[in-house]
Amino acid sequence: MRRVSPRTAQRIVVSIMWLLAAATVGTLVFIIAFILVHGVPHITWEFLTQSPVSMGRKGGIFPMIVGTAMVAGLAVIIAAPIGVATAVYLTEYTRESRITAVIRFGADCLAGIPSIIFGLFGFVFFTITLGMGLSVVSGALTLALMVLPTIVRTSEEAIRAVPYAYREVSYGLGSTRWQMVTRVVLQSALPGICTGIVLSLGRSISETAAVMLTAGSALGLPSSLFDSSRTLALHFYILSREGVSMSNAYATASVLIISILVLNVFAYWLMHKLVRKPR
Amino acid sequence: MKQDKLIALALLMVAFSAVSGLALITVFIFKEGLPIIVKTGPGNFFLSSDWDPSSGNFGIFSMIAGSLAVTLCAMVIGTVFGLGLAIVLGEFCPPGLAAILKPVVELLAGIPSVVYGFVGVVTIVPLIRTYLGGPGLSVLASSIVLGIMVLPTVTSISMDALRAVPRTYWQGSIALGATKWQTTHMVMLKAAKSGIAAAIILGMGRAVGETMAVIMVAGNTLEVPHSILDPVRTLTSNIALEMGYASGQHREALFATGVTLFVIIMILNTIALAMARRGAGEGRTR
Repeated sequence: MRRVSPRTAQRIVVSIMWLLAAATVGTLVFIIAFILVHGVPHITWEFLTQSPVSMGRKGGIFPMIVGTAMVAGLAVIIAAPIGVATAVYLTEYTRESRITAVIRFGADCLAGIPSIIFGLFGFVFFTITLGMGLSVVSGALTLALMVLPTIVRTSEEAIRAVPYAYREVSYGLGSTRWQMVTRVVLQSALPGICTGIVLSLGRSISETAAVMLTAGSALGLPSSLFDSSRTLALHFYILSREGVSMSNAYATASVLIISILVLNVFAYWLMHKLVRKPR
Repeated sequence: MKQDKLIALALLMVAFSAVSGLALITVFIFKEGLPIIVKTGPGNFFLSSDWDPSSGNFGIFSMIAGSLAVTLCAMVIGTVFGLGLAIVLGEFCPPGLAAILKPVVELLAGIPSVVYGFVGVVTIVPLIRTYLGGPGLSVLASSIVLGIMVLPTVTSISMDALRAVPRTYWQGSIALGATKWQTTHMVMLKAAKSGIAAAIILGMGRAVGETMAVIMVAGNTLEVPHSILDPVRTLTSNIALEMGYASGQHREALFATGVTLFVIIMILNTIALAMARRGAGEGRTR
């Protein structure tokens, strides 16, 4: 048997890999298009602003939009300061040591834990042990713990990307470490930090398993942080799985997909702002 | 100076919240789940397939088998596509196109898992039922859906590993007359192998832990699967399906399912972290 020449081998392998890449992009486009084509025609102003009627068979998704905004928003509001502070400590206030190794290990492990485990934990800790019940707060605290590692990692990367000269100039002008961190480093790392926060918001919005066990699935509009609230992702799951209403399920999924798309584009734009900045 | 020390101390305390979170999760999951494993006996709990909460039988073997089957098949798909994409993006793609493809892959990671599950149910499941037989809801359907879901993880971490290989390796190999593909598979992939292994193991962790998508496409029957067309129930779906109405021993048994999952994930993560560290070490020393 004649051996295939390296050039031919390369041509074959590379075309196979291009096919794989095309298939991936095709899958993404298919998933998004499939949902939007079936769902967008059903999105009306009434659908966005009214409460569901007869378990979601008719009516809108207004309480779920509010619930999702409350749970995901609160989760990010809790996780962002903690995550950024952790990143600042790791980068500006200490050298690599056993303590930083422990902190990093904790964050890495937390990042790998599946959402259903967060759900179990949130259920037994926040809703039962701390007595918060199935509520917006329980859901938000659980999600905050879940997105914390993402915020730590992206903030750390953003802070490390700030040129060392900035810090030297700041010290040279007589600032303290705290002034240097808050006025120089965090300022220039801001777009990168925000990218991480926006992506975490996206993750909180799309999470289902953890929210199901901690925020509950009440259909009404949450009037306080201690009310149970159904998020959009969970509403979509219940509508489609129990076959309540396919058209409303598609429409809910479209709202979900569109918000994720918007957040991702926004995060990408922020990141480019960071890259393009003069060094 | 004194203020500086105080701030450092305060930041240190905040920085420990991730670690304390992890500790709390571990303590509470084990506290709720371990007693029932001890009571049933580990042998019965892990090796029996008899799960009947109403009569007090808690054996999770069929779900362990289910999780394992689904994860392994998913990793075949996720690795082939994910690694292929990483190689194309890292070595063969013009930079302009890579700038478009990378966010596309990241977007794939951002789509909610319920959406993946739903699209799987309405497209892949009927296809399998019509052309391959069986109920459609199956190991195969879940593996395809999960394979697509873990692809971004595998791709982005493999790409980082490939990028960490010193560029001089690439240049040296090309200068010796090797083609780009020879260079890629003989030099780059070898040099990045620890990082790529880490990527695959982390992807595996994601596949084992995925819940909502699997519930929708796996069929959730309580039997050890014999073919890839059989329906299965995974550890994760068992928890999510029954947690809503479980109480007493039944709920403890679901937490025990969580303990099992937790231990599997921790083992996978530790291996992946060690691999990633070894990969980083290789890049630096040579």
